[in-house]
Amino acid sequence: MPELAEHAPRTIDRRLTALRRVAIVPARDEAEAIAGVVREIRAFDPGLEIVVIDDGSVDRTAALAAEAGAVVVRHPFNLGIGGAVQTGFRYALEQGFDLAVRLDGDGQHDPRELPVLLEPLLAGEADIVVGSRFAGGDGDYRPRLARRMGIRFFARIVSLLVRQRVTDTTSGFQAVNRLGISLFADDYPHDYPEVEATVMVVRHRLRLAEVPVRMRERNTGRSSITALRSVYYIVKVLLAIFVGLFRRTVVPLEERHR
Amino acid sequence: MTPLRVSIAASAASLLLLLIVFELIRSRRLRERYALLWLLTGFVLLALSLWRDGLNTIAGWLGAGYPPAVLFAVGTLFILAVLLHYSTVISKLSDQNVILAQRLALLEARLTQGGDAVRRQSG
Repeated sequence: MPELAEHAPRTIDRRLTALRRVAIVPARDEAEAIAGVVREIRAFDPGLEIVVIDDGSVDRTAALAAEAGAVVVRHPFNLGIGGAVQTGFRYALEQGFDLAVRLDGDGQHDPRELPVLLEPLLAGEADIVVGSRFAGGDGDYRPRLARRMGIRFFARIVSLLVRQRVTDTTSGFQAVNRLGISLFADDYPHDYPEVEATVMVVRHRLRLAEVPVRMRERNTGRSSITALRSVYYIVKVLLAIFVGLFRRTVVPLEERHR
Repeated sequence: MTPLRVSIAASAASLLLLLIVFELIRSRRLRERYALLWLLTGFVLLALSLWRDGLNTIAGWLGAGYPPAVLFAVGTLFILAVLLHYSTVISKLSDQNVILAQRLALLEARLTQGGDAVRRQSG
């Protein structure tokens, strides 16, 4: 288990400060949490630009995020998490950022875990890093049985397809370099994007790494996955993965962007 | 009893539907979300076409003297479901279109100093 939050270095990594970097924070109706999330990210690294994608909130999410110092992009209506995250990556690509991290607007991702998440990127060992709740065998996070089984089920399938061990396919705590930014700005899955996105990055020959992180219990809002929706979720994601296997991947990204 | 040729033709038609839907998803002309009902339609019709005893049994329950009529009925029901689903999708799209047009118009007015755009369009 790598060093965690409390031991995070006070000074920011030199390799990090050399890069133009952005935090993408999708948020919908997170008025209670969003200001805290923005402030925490700023406290970790003041040089990290924070862009909050307000995905059709009806509360004061956008205003509070702007007050806390974030750039706020507001969708005119709800596009869903996939659309919100992709807006963030498009912003990152347009503004020429070198590195992007994604944290959810409900505060479940702790910015103090960012050094762990960023390490494989900064070392040049990966193009996309996913923070996994299960990789470390740390027993803090105990989702309900059905959810845990779903996560494990998709982790199995994805591990088989990408020929690499993947333990958490539902984690939105991610960091990507320029290759990842341009891939996701081009093409990002819709409704429940993380599983498909994981398969997608590997098929585009980007290097994927998973690192163990701790996540906090969601203190506000609800999970986007309710019991009723999980059947739709499973069928839709399986269909998308299956059909995706028959898609020719476009020109390898290296050739387009390097 | 269902004529064998009806079963063959119906199976072929269901398979064709499934193949077309698959290809549309693959080439990204159809989103998974909107393909699910079509796929369900294809699979149910295929199952009823291949499982001839089942079709006869269901026809018996419903009092349909001609079992292939059940195929028609099921097909029709699914088409109704798809159409109804699309009506809700179109309603949502047109609501969103109104919001987009309004936001665009307001943005345009703000960008053109003194609301030139607004005056020009009404004049």
